Amino acid sequence: MSAPTDASAQPRSFAFTPENAKKAEAAVAAYPKGRQASAVLALLDLAQRQNGGWLPRAAMDAVAGFLDMPPMRVYEVATFYNMYNLEPVGRHHVEVCTNVSCWLRGSDDVLAACRNALGIGLGETSADGGFTLSETECLGACVNAPVMMIGGDYYEDLDAGTATAILAELKKGGTPRPGPQSGRRACEPAGGLTTLTGLSDGRGDARGDEPGAS
Amino acid sequence: MPTLTIDGREVEVEPGLTVLQACEQVGIEIPRFCYHERLSIAGNCRMCLVEMERAPKPVASCAMPVADGMVIHTNTPGVQKARRGVMEFLLINHPLDCPICDQGGECDLQDQAMAYGFDRSRYREGKRAVEDKYLGPLIKTIMTRCIHCTRCIRFATEIAGVPELGATGRGEDMEVGTYVEKALTSELSGNMIDLCPVGALTSAPYAFAARSWELTKIESVDVMDAVGSNIRVDSRGAEVMRVLPRLNEDVNEEWISDKTRFACDGLKRQRLDRPYVRRDGRLQAATWAEAFSAIGQHLKGVQGKRIAAIAGDLADCESMMALKDLMVKLRSPNTDCRQDGAKLDGALRAGYLFNTTIAGIEQADACLLIGTDVRREAPIINARLRKRHLAGGFAMGVVGPQVDLTYDTEHLGDGPQTLEQIAAGQHAFAGVLRRAERPMLIVGMGALARADGAQVLATARTIAEDCGMVQDTDGWNGFNVLHTAAARVGGLDLGFLPGDGGLDTGAIVDAAAAGAVAVVYLLGADEIDMDSLGKAFVIYQGHHGDAGAQRADVILPGAAYTEKNATYVNTEGRVQQGRRAIYPPGEAREDWAIIRALSEVLGRKLPVDTRDDVRARMAEVNPNFAAGPDAVETAPWGAFGTDGPMDPAPFRSPVANFYMTDPISRASVTMAACADALAGAQRERTGTDG
Repeated sequence: MSAPTDASAQPRSFAFTPENAKKAEAAVAAYPKGRQASAVLALLDLAQRQNGGWLPRAAMDAVAGFLDMPPMRVYEVATFYNMYNLEPVGRHHVEVCTNVSCWLRGSDDVLAACRNALGIGLGETSADGGFTLSETECLGACVNAPVMMIGGDYYEDLDAGTATAILAELKKGGTPRPGPQSGRRACEPAGGLTTLTGLSDGRGDARGDEPGAS
Repeated sequence: MPTLTIDGREVEVEPGLTVLQACEQVGIEIPRFCYHERLSIAGNCRMCLVEMERAPKPVASCAMPVADGMVIHTNTPGVQKARRGVMEFLLINHPLDCPICDQGGECDLQDQAMAYGFDRSRYREGKRAVEDKYLGPLIKTIMTRCIHCTRCIRFATEIAGVPELGATGRGEDMEVGTYVEKALTSELSGNMIDLCPVGALTSAPYAFAARSWELTKIESVDVMDAVGSNIRVDSRGAEVMRVLPRLNEDVNEEWISDKTRFACDGLKRQRLDRPYVRRDGRLQAATWAEAFSAIGQHLKGVQGKRIAAIAGDLADCESMMALKDLMVKLRSPNTDCRQDGAKLDGALRAGYLFNTTIAGIEQADACLLIGTDVRREAPIINARLRKRHLAGGFAMGVVGPQVDLTYDTEHLGDGPQTLEQIAAGQHAFAGVLRRAERPMLIVGMGALARADGAQVLATARTIAEDCGMVQDTDGWNGFNVLHTAAARVGGLDLGFLPGDGGLDTGAIVDAAAAGAVAVVYLLGADEIDMDSLGKAFVIYQGHHGDAGAQRADVILPGAAYTEKNATYVNTEGRVQQGRRAIYPPGEAREDWAIIRALSEVLGRKLPVDTRDDVRARMAEVNPNFAAGPDAVETAPWGAFGTDGPMDPAPFRSPVANFYMTDPISRASVTMAACADALAGAQRERTGTDG
């Protein structure tokens, strides 16, 4: 992988804000002296958040300088993880999981719905800078497959309809409710509880604070 | 000592070795791509799989440490099958372009595919293609061929000390490169070409030039710096095609600098291939007889003290010996081999040698660098210093230019004042040196080639003696002079120095300007100020049309280092012999023979008829030459240098541009491209740059 060829978007310099610099120091302090390079993941994430969701080269160089490590070692890390975006992304970064579990549960449909709703392809950003659509590796929520992540929130148990609805809500400036879209709670069985369906004293089921079927 | 069984043989090996190394010790060859004995272990190519009893699956022998009672099988059907599987995977994305690949014939992948590859592919999918990377003017990349062994990355990071290469992306998208397009800033980058087991990194100047099996391979010695790197010169017909390193653990291990490797195209350009005589103000082609008779006429009746000879930086010992003897016969005391005016008198051998030896650096535990930029003056010695630095517990102080040597050093000061403080024991670093068990210092030409060089030398000697660098008990000698010229130690050994009442280089030039010296014989000397030679009759014997030839009145075409069997002494005092790979071009001749022929014309015939006669004469002058090739004689310690005040001016390295230091590298197109790509970035371009 080479550096992105479009240099126009690359800012010339990058520096942590005083607040983030403090956070960065705290991240470095978590590791023994001389092992400050271990904080590279945390610092890259911090830089990405500060820079509107993507990592310009200047930011990687700044992290390298902050941690006293060769820039190349930082580039290696930043290009390895797909959570780091090396090119600008839209306000909402829609990442659709297409790994095995999600694919078996219909991620192709979800992806197609996203393409239609946003009018962009994979790796593209909409003209107004609102959305970027990309494919992601396993998000670790296979039990709620298919899944997509938008700006850190998981939207689960998707199908074409719910995916389209979520994107429409975002377009309007609303805040769709994260989590399973099928109505089930968290990752409990899709067909309703099969065991521990109720407590012996009849006070609902064993799911904690919320009262059960009432 | 763990004992293990390898293919039914019980072997006892050093603890800490890997299974692969243990197998090598008993003579079993394990195929490998990523493993290299001088680099850290990566364990990512999986080619070295062996079977280990009680292990559930084959293990990578390069990364498996030996343990007592291990039972290893290296040649079972299971091992064969595993390696065939690895090979099949490696070949999935490797292009089938061997016929147009420069690595063909010397390719590890090709060779091992012969042993473990299948004769056809089962793979029907699309192959991966990777964009080629720009790594500078020396290394050509065809990255689709890369098998991700990461040897180049580890070399750049560990040996060269320029962590500019890396693996970006992951999985199928992994690529080796610099991410940001830039030329590698290493003087050792060419070694990556040798390390690359496939044709991903190949030599750019040698691209599509020859096949390895067409080349005649001659083992020789390098003259681009004073290290005396052992090289192999590959030639075809009358052309040197390339220069490769030759293993010598005591000198260059298996590395050579980029100048050593790539300056060889300078051997084809600007060559002096016939004698020239200046007539009517212009150099005109002549025969040997005409050239000799022109010299004879100008030397006739000239007093000895009005004749002078200067030997250049690439001169071989045989020619310097012959010229010295000729000058003695002409009764001239004015001979000098120190073009740069280094204040080394040659009286005591220990006073001008790298006494610690290059391999000895690894035993040192503290080092003081004085007026030297080791990285540019001797990249191979710098690699050794870096190796020692990485091993830990090596304090390094620098007095002189503050440069990036690729490892951490403490910059103590710029010039003689700091040196005086250390000598007087007032500087903190003097304590570091005193406390060290085996301290060493390296004094470079930047400190010695100045008017107060003898005083700097004496101060360095004081530091060496006061800080316990010269130890009688175990023979440790930490005093080192780092030369920059391949000819220098040889010249000093042979006494190519001013005789009684003789003039040194600076005085010769001044006397020529003033008319006191009428004839100047330049034996490949190009680094002096030619405009100051006044009206003197200049004889230039050499191989390149450089500064000396331009000024010359008679040009005698000599042989370059690849064209003669000649002796060189490196900065350690190691006597080594270069061998002829090709014949000199045109009418050019071996240098000592030219001087021998000239002596006869001048009626002062030298009593040497063969090269062996010259070598016998060299051994007579200095018994070190009798010790035979490759010998390093320990030099006894004594007094040298001159006590006195030093000029406070800061030390400066004599090598301003690593890529252009001698007539050969100045004639090299490749070196010019490097100077432009790397050194050029630091200087302003002018209108004449084109």
